[in-house]
This record gives sequence, structure tokens and C-alpha cells, in this order.
Amino acid sequence: MSNVTIRIPTPLRSFTAGAGEVAVDAATVGEALELLGLRHDGILDRILDADGQVRGFVNIYVGEKSIRSLDGLRSPVGGSSVISIVPAVAGGGSRGGL
Amino acid sequence: MSARDRRLAELRASIPEVSPREARELQQRGAVLVDVREPDEVAQGSPEGARRIVRGFLELRIEEAVPDTESAVLTLCAGGVRSLFAAEGLRQLGYRNVRSVAGGFNAWKHDGLPVERPRTLSQEERERYGRHLTIPEVGEAGQAKLLDAKVLLIGAGGLGSPAAFYLAAAGVGTLGIVDDDVVDRSNLQRQILHTDARVGRPKVESARQTLEALNPGVTIESHPVRLTSANVDGILPRYDVVVDGADNFPTRYLVNDACIKHRKPNVHGSVYRFEGQVSVFWPSRPDRPGPCYRCLYPEPPPPEMAPSCAEAGVLGVLPGAIGLIQAVETVKILLGAGEPLVGRLLQYEALEPRFTQLDLQRDPECAYCADGKEFPGYVDYAVSCAAPAPTTTRSSRP
Repeated sequence: MSNVTIRIPTPLRSFTAGAGEVAVDAATVGEALELLGLRHDGILDRILDADGQVRGFVNIYVGEKSIRSLDGLRSPVGGSSVISIVPAVAGGGSRGGL
Repeated sequence: MSARDRRLAELRASIPEVSPREARELQQRGAVLVDVREPDEVAQGSPEGARRIVRGFLELRIEEAVPDTESAVLTLCAGGVRSLFAAEGLRQLGYRNVRSVAGGFNAWKHDGLPVERPRTLSQEERERYGRHLTIPEVGEAGQAKLLDAKVLLIGAGGLGSPAAFYLAAAGVGTLGIVDDDVVDRSNLQRQILHTDARVGRPKVESARQTLEALNPGVTIESHPVRLTSANVDGILPRYDVVVDGADNFPTRYLVNDACIKHRKPNVHGSVYRFEGQVSVFWPSRPDRPGPCYRCLYPEPPPPEMAPSCAEAGVLGVLPGAIGLIQAVETVKILLGAGEPLVGRLLQYEALEPRFTQLDLQRDPECAYCADGKEFPGYVDYAVSCAAPAPTTTRSSRP
């Protein structure tokens, strides 16, 4: 029984076959991301660096709170927590291609 | 004795009068000085710090200016006659502590008391902004603030178009627009400042034409350049608020860093397909500073991690929604009304549909905005994904 919902931002949905949400059963944010990575090959590399730290252009939230203001990847989750992955997006709808 | 003189004598007998000097002292101790003269008289000068409510609307509007009928109120006109009638009107409304300034504004000036020339609206401005004037949070003083304000829009594209359109309509007096691009037909799916007939023309020129047609009272300042570390200091400082509708990371970081350096609020918006985000980055906000873009994202993603140009794209309507939230936040900041979207990221996911707000914290170690940090200088990042797709402007430049 999954207890955590991970919201996948649009730019990373190519890794989840288009899915906007992935449900996992985890006790911490780090664990939830690990399970996400096991299920969807390649996605974790976009979120964490080689040392396993959250990349500088990505933010992770539990509910409305950044995990930086909680306990980082050790922040506890459960009881229908929602984890949001929010990468930097540059688009202003300005150029033809963007 | 004429009816008028008889009435004046009655009023003089019942309404206490004070000299301008006494009125100034009372004003400094908290009494509300109300200048009841006509707008054309007030435009020539009015006592410093006075509330200006024209006699004809006095009873209708006094409660917005002076909610407590026990407050001390002083009425002032040009010579001290109309102010007697005004004071009588206020007494009948229930204001118990009302006095009239003897000799009015003429005596006030003669005594060398401080005068200011308030920004007043022309008859045409009164008509155009009538729906603003009736909102207490805007009113004449707020509209004057908007007319005196200068806003810089980064980009006349998907976000800049709706933002500029509504800011011009709202009467933001000066709009600067930075954009080095020309109008391409593929822009017109969302960049509503431009028209099919203007394909191939510079966007700043097209934007000026549209905005001046909507509101000739607004000054449009065109900056047909790409914002760089070399030119940003020459453009940004003379504006009050910056609206970031850029389409690439190097410009976004440059705008962030310049806003920190020059202490400007940065109204940020970004869009991607069906999603958009808005926040106000404002580390120099008086009293309650907020985070900057780098507190959120210290560095831009390397090109291989940024969404590729082929993947990108946006629902044309979406930047309309996001750009308008940016415009609303800009107007709020200029008016000082409500709570700006500082320290929060508003996300709009149109497909769900869902609005969410995420908490943003200041990074106490932020290299750019942390307290006591010296400005480290601008960084010229490599453009990660601004290379035009095959159908963009470059290929259609005349």
C-alpha cells in the first residue's frame, strides 16, 4: 500500500511514460526518490548529483515545505504525503521554440 | 443682510475656527486636515500631509479618510468660507471635533507653512481610470502612484505581452521593454501584443504601437537589445519594478542578480507546456525581505539537463494566465496594497487543474542576497536552450 505521492514535473515526465504522479511506499524523501529511480530509469540522475545530493536547479517539497527547511533527504514522509519535484524552468513563451 | 451673510454668521457662531498655524500644530498632533477645494485649486498646491476630498464628495468619502467620528478634523478651503460649510456638513454626519481653518489656504501660504503639489489627475485620466478611483486601495493617490511608476519588462513575448497590455491599461506611466527579437508568425499563438501584419518587425516597435493605441498616456521606452552584463546596469536602475518574462536561464540569472544589486523587486514568471510559476523575488524588501531566484536555484542547469528545445513548447493561453498574475503582483507592489507573492512560489498546473503555493525560504548563505554579502558580480552563463528552432524569427528576419 503506497503512502506517498510523488508529483513529477512536466520536464521529467519523459522518464515516467508521461505519468504526472508516482505512488510509492517510503518513510523518508530519500527513500521515496530511490524507489522512483528504481521504477523509472534515468530520472534520478536529473534530480540528484553523483554524491546523492539534490541538484542546485531542483527543489524538493513535502507538502508546501522545502526539504531544505525540513531534514533534507532524511525528511520523514507518510500518511499520504505529497512530494513535489520542482526544477528550474526558464521558459517565457518568448521564442518560437520555447 | 443677505441670506448668505446671515448663514455665514450663524456658522461662524457655531463652528470653532483655528488659525493656519494652530491647524498645523494640531495636524502634527494627529488631527486630520481635509482640503475641500476643487482639483484645479489643489493642483496649484495644498498643505503638506492634507487629505484632499472635494467639497461635493466630502460627506460621501470622509469615512474612508477618517473612520472615527471622534477624531479631530480640520477643514480648509481657499479663504475660510467653504470650509465652514464643510465643517457643518461633517458635524451633521456625526463628527464632533471639527474646526475650520480661518483664512484657508491663502492664509496658510501667507504664514509660510509647508505646501506640497499633489499629483492630480486630468479630466481624461479621471474618465479612463474611473473604475480604479472607486476602489479604496487605489483611489486618486494610488492611480497617481501608478502614473508615476516605471516598470521594466524583460521580453515582449508570451509573458511580457499580457503583462504589458494590462499594465499599460492600468496606467503604469512608464513601461520599458527589453527585447532584441523580431515578430515571427509562430509567436502570434500567444504573444498578443503583436499582429500578423507586423511579422518581421522588431518586437519592441510592435509592442509600442499596440500599447500606445490602447493608452496614449503611457510612455513606452524601447530597449531593442539582448540584456547582457555589459548593458544591464545602464537600463535597470531607473525602473521601480522588473517583470521577468525571459525565455532563457542566462537572462533570468542576470535579471535576478541585477535586481539584487539595484534593490528592485523582481516579478518572476515562467511557463512550460501546461504549467506556470510565479513569485516575487525581493531580498531588499523593506521590513520583510524575501528570497531571490538563487536562494531557490543557486545555479542554472547545465545545457544537457535543461529541457531541450524540441521538448519545449507552451499552450498559447498559459502564459496569458501567468503574465497577468505577474501584472497583478506588479500593481500591488506599486500601490503597496495587500501581501506580495514574496517567499512563495505559485504554481499553476492547467491540466489538473491545480494552483499550489510552495514556501520559499531565504538562503542565509546565498552568494548574492545574503545579508552583509558584497555583490559578487555578474556571471555570463552559456545559453543552454535559446537556440531558435527552425520556425523562429531568425530564419524569417527580412
